[in-house]
Amino acid sequence: MTDTVERSAGREPETITRVVVRFAGDSGDGMQLTGDRFTSVSAAFGNDLSTLPEYPAEIRAPAGTVNGVSSFQVQISDHDITTPGDAPSVLIAMNPAALKADLNRLEPHGLLIVNSDAFTERDLAKAGYASNPLADESLAGYRVVEVPMTSLTQKATEPLGVKPRDAERSKNFFALGLVSWLYSRPTEPTLEWISTRFKDDLVRVSNATAFTAGFNFGETTEQFEHRFVVLPAKLPPGEYTNISGNVALAWGLVAAGQLAKLPIFLGSYPITPASDILHELSKHKHFGVRTVQAEDEIAAVGMALGAAFAGHLGVTTTSGPGVALKSETTSLAVSLELPLLIIDVQRGGPSTGLPTKTEAADLNIAIYGRHGEAPLPVIAAYSPANCFDAAIEAARIALKYRTPVILLSDGYIANGSEPWLLPDVASLPDISVPFATEMNHTNDDGTTEFWPYLRDPETLARPWAIPGTPHLMHRVGGLEKEDGRGDINYTPENHQRMVDLRAAKIAGIAYDIPPAVAVGDVDDADVCILGWGSTWAAIDAAVQRTRRRGLKVAWVHLTHVNPLPPNLGEVLKKYPRVIVPELNLGQMCRIVRANYLIDAKAVTKVQGLPFTARELEDAIEGALQ
Amino acid sequence: MSDTIVPVTTKKDWTSDQEVRWCPGCGDYGILLAVQQLMPELGIAPENTVFISGIGCSSRFPYYMNTYGMHGIHGRAPAIATGLAVARPDLDVWVITGDGDGLSIGGNHLIHALRRNVNLTILLFNNRIYGLTKGQYSPTSEIGKVTKSTPFGSVDPPFNPLSVALGAEASFVARTHDLDRKHMMDIFRQAHAHRGSSFVEIFQNCNVFNDGAFDDVTSRQVREEMMIDLRDGQPIRFGAGGHKGVVMGTDGQLRIVEVADVGEDAILVHDAHRDDPGLAFALARLSHDDHSATTFGVFRDVDRPDYGMAVGRQLAETSSKKGPGDLATLLRSNGTWAVV
Repeated sequence: MTDTVERSAGREPETITRVVVRFAGDSGDGMQLTGDRFTSVSAAFGNDLSTLPEYPAEIRAPAGTVNGVSSFQVQISDHDITTPGDAPSVLIAMNPAALKADLNRLEPHGLLIVNSDAFTERDLAKAGYASNPLADESLAGYRVVEVPMTSLTQKATEPLGVKPRDAERSKNFFALGLVSWLYSRPTEPTLEWISTRFKDDLVRVSNATAFTAGFNFGETTEQFEHRFVVLPAKLPPGEYTNISGNVALAWGLVAAGQLAKLPIFLGSYPITPASDILHELSKHKHFGVRTVQAEDEIAAVGMALGAAFAGHLGVTTTSGPGVALKSETTSLAVSLELPLLIIDVQRGGPSTGLPTKTEAADLNIAIYGRHGEAPLPVIAAYSPANCFDAAIEAARIALKYRTPVILLSDGYIANGSEPWLLPDVASLPDISVPFATEMNHTNDDGTTEFWPYLRDPETLARPWAIPGTPHLMHRVGGLEKEDGRGDINYTPENHQRMVDLRAAKIAGIAYDIPPAVAVGDVDDADVCILGWGSTWAAIDAAVQRTRRRGLKVAWVHLTHVNPLPPNLGEVLKKYPRVIVPELNLGQMCRIVRANYLIDAKAVTKVQGLPFTARELEDAIEGALQ
Repeated sequence: MSDTIVPVTTKKDWTSDQEVRWCPGCGDYGILLAVQQLMPELGIAPENTVFISGIGCSSRFPYYMNTYGMHGIHGRAPAIATGLAVARPDLDVWVITGDGDGLSIGGNHLIHALRRNVNLTILLFNNRIYGLTKGQYSPTSEIGKVTKSTPFGSVDPPFNPLSVALGAEASFVARTHDLDRKHMMDIFRQAHAHRGSSFVEIFQNCNVFNDGAFDDVTSRQVREEMMIDLRDGQPIRFGAGGHKGVVMGTDGQLRIVEVADVGEDAILVHDAHRDDPGLAFALARLSHDDHSATTFGVFRDVDRPDYGMAVGRQLAETSSKKGPGDLATLLRSNGTWAVV
């Protein structure tokens, strides 16, 4: 900062349309909490927003090391946005490790606010710095503001009797206060939140004091050239809440139970990044939700299947490794033809891979990952809020067609959040299906029987007769069943018929889902983007930007990835080029190439991060060259 | 589903129309008959009864019962049955498994079902062999067993199924055998009456791949001198006229003695309701092979909370505290703002 900068009189904030802020610190520094608070206040202020939390797989990696850095990025804007932003315009680095880990994300000439107290020789060494970057020329390309956050927090809280070591734990609130001042966020909601969140009196007052001190520091210091405000976005009118994908998914399951008039049974084994769905659902017992933390992934899906046989909406939640373990039971569910929801919050693989990072490489295992011919529907949520609708849709299909359904989410939308226009509960669909109560087959001699595999001629779904129903006692199992009667049957013709019927049932769902619709330059696009899942956000931003620059771009986004909408091939063939951005090595691209014989090109990324809009802009331009 | 009317059924009501496909002479027939004969005595209805099984010869059992049933996948029956029993505590849920299904591939599910005390009646058919895959050694086969997969004899030490169950905190643990229908029915009746997990090991003869495995203990000729039938509240005596008995030595070891040598008062009195499973454990392991006197009957029968009921109670308590769930309220629970 130069001392020639004139301090603006009265410091009226400058209005900007959007800003991307990134908080980075040690895992123990409370960066997720800080980011969450900034997000909540901005949401309540009326901004549109999108978040990207990033944290290490270790609970507490060695303090002060690059491996232990935890970050939270949020974009807030006065207009409709879908991504957490490519490059932050401001980075708050609480220690040298955070600076080292995240500096390359900061945009050129971006604002860098560092906690200068943390740049001691020891901390610099732990982060692997040979010399202090604050003292050399390495940060010349950025606007650096050094704030001794630790000592300022200690000084502010000292009169309260807070010990220096304890005060250090409040420094994230100092940072939050400072950034709240910088972007003109109201302070009352955060102070109110602090007063209810922290039970310990000293911790509560220490955090509140640190927050206020940070805000006041911004007000009085001359280190900042400007103060900014991002005005509320012109979102469609209505009531909004800020929601993460995992919470939306859990609420969607609760809603599905209500709409199906069925109790929910969740069998789940803890796994990152899906555990929050188990946590959230276990709170809502008064909705008739039973949750069992099973002994393993296999038991979790087994319990859900047992509950489905009993007449509940059976659900299991997991991530990639768990999907692999559940594969055999999923095949059994295909054979039993019972409704079952398997939720896969994808993360980087293979194996343990990148547990806390995002990827969308489970498409193949979702569609194909079973033994034998075992087709099932697969649905992919595209944004945090969309997880709510996706859960209801997955349940609708599972119940109507008596089939396991895999619902794909991923770490990015599971932990990311966005404002959600609350739906009118009364307008949500009725997805209830009747249980069988009567015999369904009459023999030649006039006697009646219950045939568990006598199908509905339209949906090919079999009757769902639950224990407790008089006269309909029947046995199901993994052995091949006789078409109709359901008895064990090993004959060649019957097996062919049953395999064909199970395939036809799933294929037929294609006519019960929305058709593929292109948006953008529908009639004259030079390139069409085919997207699925959470790439939605980056594609949306990239399509807007490239079209503003005059490029002719169309976009089709899939939520039903198996079976595909029947008109998809026809839609894609209208365009001279098709590109398929995916956070894998081209799994959907291969499917559309095989299905429709079109020369689709994969655009791939497997770095544990979502696409940036910029990357997809480049991909669109590249396709047109 | 009514509590007041006791259903009147006959064995025929519990027998399905499916042809039984076990090998002629298999011990499974005797067990099936015992269960089908017992069911009318239990005063329950076929439509409220579910049999869940895994994979193996014994796991074909549900097909032969005219109840609701599921032939599941290998080892997973306790997990599937847990979901069923927790979802529907009103049902009578039986699990049929074997030594391979329950103790090898499904060991984890079995011990956790027992630990949770899910309301299940678990019948484990122990024939000490893999039958359906045509004769490999099982986790209960003795060391030295020569099978297709162990041509030089097995070097795997076996499980004692009752030790596993007791170690997993099972609240009801019993043993019977396939040659004595009356004994089986008595044990199954008690197992069914017990609320929570009931675990019953059944010595079951596989006459094709492991014929006569239990003959030295259970055959009619030797039974009187080789079977120690535990009776709750009774001194543990066996043999002609009860001339033999079980005592606990000052070293804590259980020993088989001649009653005449020690006097009647020295004989251990069986108490299946002891909270401490230590004695049940020792009794279950009194014999270390199938050629010496072996304990049968109910080893342990104690009250522990039924898992499914406990889960249901939390639902009821939460509902009475918060009222029935309201979706519109839930969606607003993290705070909202209005855009006009």
